[in-house]
Amino acid sequence: MLSRIAESMFWIGRYVERAEDTARILDVQTQLLMEDSAGEEEVTCRNLLSIMGVPAPADTPVDTALMLEMLAYDSTSPASVAAVLGAARESARRARETLSVAMWEALNTTYRGVASGQFRMLRGHNTYRWVRDRAALINGAADATMTRDEGWQFMVLGRSIERADMTSRLVATAALAGGIGAPWTSTLHACGGYEAFLRTYKGLETERGAAEFLLLDRLFPRSVVFALNRAEQCLDNLEASGSRAGISNDAQRLLGRTRAELEYRSLSDVLADLPAEMERLQRTCALATEAVTRRFFAGAETKDWSGVRI
Amino acid sequence: MTAMFEDYQGSDGPAFDEMFDGPSLRAPYERLRASLHDVTVPELAGRLESLQTSYLDQGVTFDIGGEERAFPLDILPRVIEMETWSTIEHGVQQRVRTLERFLEDVYDAGQVFLDGVVPRSVVATSSHFHRASAGIRPANGVRVHVSGIDLIRDNAGEFRVLEDNVRVPSGVSYVMTNRRAIASALPEPFAEHRIRPVASYPQRLLAALRAAAPAGVADPTVAVLTPGVYNGAYFEHALLARTMGVELVEGRDLECRRGRLMMRTTNGLEPVHVIYRRVDDEFLDPVHFRGDSLLGCPGLIDAARAGQVTIANAVGNGVADDKLVYTYLPDLIRYYLSEEPILNNVDTWRVGDADAREEVMDRLDELVLKPVDGSGGKGIVIGPRADKKELDELRTKVLEDPRAWIAQPVVQLSTVPTFVDGRLGPRHVDLRPFAVNDGNRVWVLPGGLTRVALAEGELIVNSSRGGGSKDTWVLAGTGSGSRPHHVEQDHLAPPQSTGPAMDDLTSTVEQQQQQQQQRTTPGDEEVATC
Repeated sequence: MLSRIAESMFWIGRYVERAEDTARILDVQTQLLMEDSAGEEEVTCRNLLSIMGVPAPADTPVDTALMLEMLAYDSTSPASVAAVLGAARESARRARETLSVAMWEALNTTYRGVASGQFRMLRGHNTYRWVRDRAALINGAADATMTRDEGWQFMVLGRSIERADMTSRLVATAALAGGIGAPWTSTLHACGGYEAFLRTYKGLETERGAAEFLLLDRLFPRSVVFALNRAEQCLDNLEASGSRAGISNDAQRLLGRTRAELEYRSLSDVLADLPAEMERLQRTCALATEAVTRRFFAGAETKDWSGVRI
Repeated sequence: MTAMFEDYQGSDGPAFDEMFDGPSLRAPYERLRASLHDVTVPELAGRLESLQTSYLDQGVTFDIGGEERAFPLDILPRVIEMETWSTIEHGVQQRVRTLERFLEDVYDAGQVFLDGVVPRSVVATSSHFHRASAGIRPANGVRVHVSGIDLIRDNAGEFRVLEDNVRVPSGVSYVMTNRRAIASALPEPFAEHRIRPVASYPQRLLAALRAAAPAGVADPTVAVLTPGVYNGAYFEHALLARTMGVELVEGRDLECRRGRLMMRTTNGLEPVHVIYRRVDDEFLDPVHFRGDSLLGCPGLIDAARAGQVTIANAVGNGVADDKLVYTYLPDLIRYYLSEEPILNNVDTWRVGDADAREEVMDRLDELVLKPVDGSGGKGIVIGPRADKKELDELRTKVLEDPRAWIAQPVVQLSTVPTFVDGRLGPRHVDLRPFAVNDGNRVWVLPGGLTRVALAEGELIVNSSRGGGSKDTWVLAGTGSGSRPHHVEQDHLAPPQSTGPAMDDLTSTVEQQQQQQQQRTTPGDEEVATC
């Protein structure tokens, strides 16, 4: 498939996942802020912006409203849900001829909800639910109507890398919230995994258990390890050559090593400095993205050395 | 009479009214009106609104100054009878065959000049004549793979050719999407008419493009070349690529290596054999044309000359749809085909000819002046609507470069009932039928794009000038429209029910759950044990 289209598919996967996960993170945080009467609003908001990689304004106070503006509604703020949904649609428009009608319409009507101002009218929990519903619709339409070709693999690859990245941010926000409220419970709720967690751990709710579940569970689809595994699978499917020894794909090597480190180190080790650990994970995701870009999206350039395939 | 058509009397000007013949209805519209008998105006307005929303949701849009808008579609179709259509079809085919012969001649021997049918200067001075194209021989001889011949219906109801488009005519995607939209918005009349389908266009186009592939390529790769998402017709480019199942490429996806056209894929470079380009000549190859173009691919023309890739439509076709060449078309039809034109031109003065110029200058205020290489209604001056200052400016411009202008009488385009601002009114329309040439046959898509000027009295219908469109129904069979017979089928057995008997199971579960509920009422001692 065309390199440019492959890149669009990859980013559709990433953007849709990012919109959904940002909404999930905001859902937890706004709820915690509401429950927290001690008035740590400024600190919490700044921390959250920093975890999401958005520079907070230095000279103005940051309250919940401003934070929501930057992370949800303002389409000129590149990390906001509104901007990310716009970017997903723009990528889809560029790959329009490869998408199924159902998937395109799901993406396009979602974008129209943002562009028409309907999204901004939503408040609080409704906002997050709308974003989750839309993401489910887009992913569902894709699941049901797209062939499992390269385009599909790139989209799921993008989604999985983004999910690993964003789950690590969710875990970091929970770790950051420290004493206030019940951050791990809310985080599990935000992931839609609270019931699954209770069933898995037979109702024994501990911070350690929750962290383990979100990071290492091999069966829960939003866990870091699950997402990394899925990304590795996609890369495997995309590498048609099937080399017999070693891994020739940089992205695969990066993701595989990080996953193995998470799985084989003791949980206490991983939990010892969770925020730093999560940052490392996010860096891996960024490096893996660069490697995927070099390997697949640069197209002809990578083939310069091996000559032209005719 | 229905509520909807109650007040509608048709056009009262000199224009041909396609629905009414005086007080009585013309045949193709009788059935339409009868089938909409029960549809009220508010209901029609509601259907129109949901139609527009659905166009936005589907992304059936075009860009005006960077803003994305739903492509305007009027809810009432235009109906054309089979006999009338047959004339159009043959006329268009004749025209395309002539244009093909003319282009072949222009870029080869130039016999038409030697025989004195058209002065050589007409072509030599055309800005669309590209020497780069001379000597490029299309694999199957076709240069006009796709054409859109613009027609209007004059005061007498006769279809006449307004202009030929053999470069990159657009609009066919709207023919297909309009049909689907109207079929769902107006199911009643749709069910009662036999309408010739338009959905096969992409397959016809793909077949023609594959047939044009360089010799010796058994399974050619076809791609559609678009300028990119910011092009006004991007929707169309994407739709054609999608419905043909081929790649939609941009200039940056392409590269010429060793005289072959390649596209960048995740597996490296792959060859392209036929490129259906929707990029203008000037931007196609920076080596030969505009050196600053980022929309094309350097080396493309040379690859075509080497016979490694077919460019559709061919480069340099613009000389054939130049408005000055248009004036020679009736002669060209007689010259190349030894036939009389089936469709007439609109009467036209060549301002470059001294005699004509004198007359045109005297009558500037009653004629339409058109630049010969303009498109999309750009630069057109309608004499009766222009004030003195505009006419003076026009006079100066025309005298500076008379070759660049033609003049035509103001033709009142025919009118069709159109739903605007909650009521029906007569609006002017034209028609662009699309023809696909696969080398063996020129196929004309039954229908084409009817463009409608939505403002009352307006004569310019281009969508870039606020025009809308109509679904165009070409009736199969006579206008009376008998429906196909119902074919008796063997009755099929109903789908077999498999799986567990859900009803019983459900009721058992239900009972148990109800019992459970009773037992778990507060104070019940059994609670702890279950």
